[in-house]
Amino acid sequence: MSQSATLKIWRGLDTNAGRWESYVVPFEPGQSVLDGLRWIRANRDPTLAIRFSCINANACKECMIELDGETVYACTARLQGREMTLAPLSNKKLVRDLVTEIAPPAERFASS
Amino acid sequence: MTKDAMHVETDVLVIGSGAAGMYAAIEAARSDCQVLLADRSLIGRGGATVMAQMTVAVALGSETPDHWSHHYEDTLAAGRGLCNEPLAQLLCEEGSECIRAMDDWGVGWARKGGRIAQAMAPGHDRPRCVYVDFLNTGPAVSKTLRTVVNKSGGIRKAGDLCIVDLLRNKSDVVGAAALHLGSGAPVILSAKATILATGGLTRLYRRNSASANMGGDGYALALRAGASLVDMEFVQFFPIGHLAPRLIGMDPIMWDPFRYKLGGRLLNNRMEEFTQRYGVAEDGKYVITRDVGSYAILKEVEAGRGSPHGGVYLSFQHCPERALREAFGPVIDRLAANGIDLTKMPVEVAPIAHYHMGGIVADARMQTDLPGLLAAGEAVGGANGANRLSGNAITEALTFGRRAGRSAADYVSRMHRSPDNADNAQAAIALITADAPTRNFNTAAMQQTLQKTMQDDVGALRSEARLGAALGTIDHLTDELGDTPPGDGKRFDMRRIDWFDLRNMLLVARAVAEAALARTETRGAQQREDYPQLSPDWAFNQTVNLAGLRIELSSSPRAAAAVAS
Repeated sequence: MSQSATLKIWRGLDTNAGRWESYVVPFEPGQSVLDGLRWIRANRDPTLAIRFSCINANACKECMIELDGETVYACTARLQGREMTLAPLSNKKLVRDLVTEIAPPAERFASS
Repeated sequence: MTKDAMHVETDVLVIGSGAAGMYAAIEAARSDCQVLLADRSLIGRGGATVMAQMTVAVALGSETPDHWSHHYEDTLAAGRGLCNEPLAQLLCEEGSECIRAMDDWGVGWARKGGRIAQAMAPGHDRPRCVYVDFLNTGPAVSKTLRTVVNKSGGIRKAGDLCIVDLLRNKSDVVGAAALHLGSGAPVILSAKATILATGGLTRLYRRNSASANMGGDGYALALRAGASLVDMEFVQFFPIGHLAPRLIGMDPIMWDPFRYKLGGRLLNNRMEEFTQRYGVAEDGKYVITRDVGSYAILKEVEAGRGSPHGGVYLSFQHCPERALREAFGPVIDRLAANGIDLTKMPVEVAPIAHYHMGGIVADARMQTDLPGLLAAGEAVGGANGANRLSGNAITEALTFGRRAGRSAADYVSRMHRSPDNADNAQAAIALITADAPTRNFNTAAMQQTLQKTMQDDVGALRSEARLGAALGTIDHLTDELGDTPPGDGKRFDMRRIDWFDLRNMLLVARAVAEAALARTETRGAQQREDYPQLSPDWAFNQTVNLAGLRIELSSSPRAAAAVAS
């Protein structure tokens, strides 16, 4: 039975100049928040920035975000039939939208 | 060197940080090379290695006497006559050294009575597969190699680098141009030797078992630089990928270890075992090879005997709770959190894109057709012929990675100058920084369209009509993509990243579909419904080159082992 979640997502390139956008996302029970974010990209707005690579296995640990103020992996948090607030990690440097700088400093690219 | 681009120089550039790339970096650094280990995601976390659930095939003879030549014979038999023999030999012969090196580095292979445990897997003549419990082989291999990389002097790590094109000086490869995702800036990486360790192409398919960064990048980079690919038609479908109910936090190939340890029964919607109809009676044991398994499941679904979500059932209901716990410990709790109790219900499974037998043409030193360019791991084509044996992928990553690192160091040691300037650096930078008017297309939706087409029409069951339809869709998407990337070009610009991914994915999808269309027979992973028999006339490999914008296919005789002296 299909339900819908409202994902309220923080968008922007600058922590002090962001905006909230809401998307209504259909889902089947059991689907993940990452499933919902990928649905938004393919069906509503491909500019939404998210970081993930393993999609489903909770192996890559790249999809960390804040859901209702708690740090979660988007691939293991489940969609629920309510408004869910998604924000970038507040303790990491913002890159864009839900993407933050999560690599250890020694693994970041720098020109020198 | 080049205005407005960051510029880095290194001896060896390794592209991709799965097992092959990390092992290559470690070996090159051991030979005193400066190494830059680049990945488009985090270092040692993306790609396919981290997703491996269980088996690593190697003739250790730990439990049962074994010799690499037996593993080699099984590998050639699984490859249905098309294996590149020197590559298959390298994999089988040097596997045990790499597995023991990993053991010394603390990977934690499962043990029985102090000896490394070896499980029986389909297609092997004896128990040969080492693993790390529970379902932890890939994460343990990745973590171990990350630790060794971190301890090795001389390896610089750089994540968030999306490689856009290899750099050439005439026919030599002299590094790569990249888009730095974190800043949106172009980067020129000058290298004396470049190793492509980018893995396979499973992302081309809607249902796949690997990471989102496995879109065939290395194949496209190699093709555009002028290197050859081989065996591109042979995409391995893993027969029992999880289908339903929705399972999160676990990889969809996780039923493989369950079958290794517990057997399990494949059932159709009449709750009957069916694989005997396709020539393999299982009788509760896990013996069916991947090509036959995928075919049997899809045919059963086609005959109207599939499960509700379009697969078949896999049942462990005959296993007592105690046996499940003993074999899989905490995994049973993770299943319970997804509402799955294996003692009470079967799960639904269906074929899922898993591995690519084809890839970049390389010799047993991992040297490609182009000076300065090497390849390693799944990115290399040929070792597994038309069908890969269970357990050979990680062994391939380790052995080929180690060899590529050594060969690159050898190449660098004979080169007493800085890397050459590139002919195509400015063109690559112009593309990365393009300021094009944004057209109204959805790059994420285009990727889904391509993935659906590949799954439906270039998947485990193929025909001239299906392949022709897929090529039509690929043409259409290629036209829509155009010549310049969309987006604002600022940091983590998803449309721009998608565009560069699609540029690679569409080229590689075309190579797969055209090679599959040309091969008018059924062999291993290439199942043609209109040519259902294996044909002796097709006992050769197809190579792929790029001629302008066109894919060019040619036949090449299978690489045979050197005659023993």
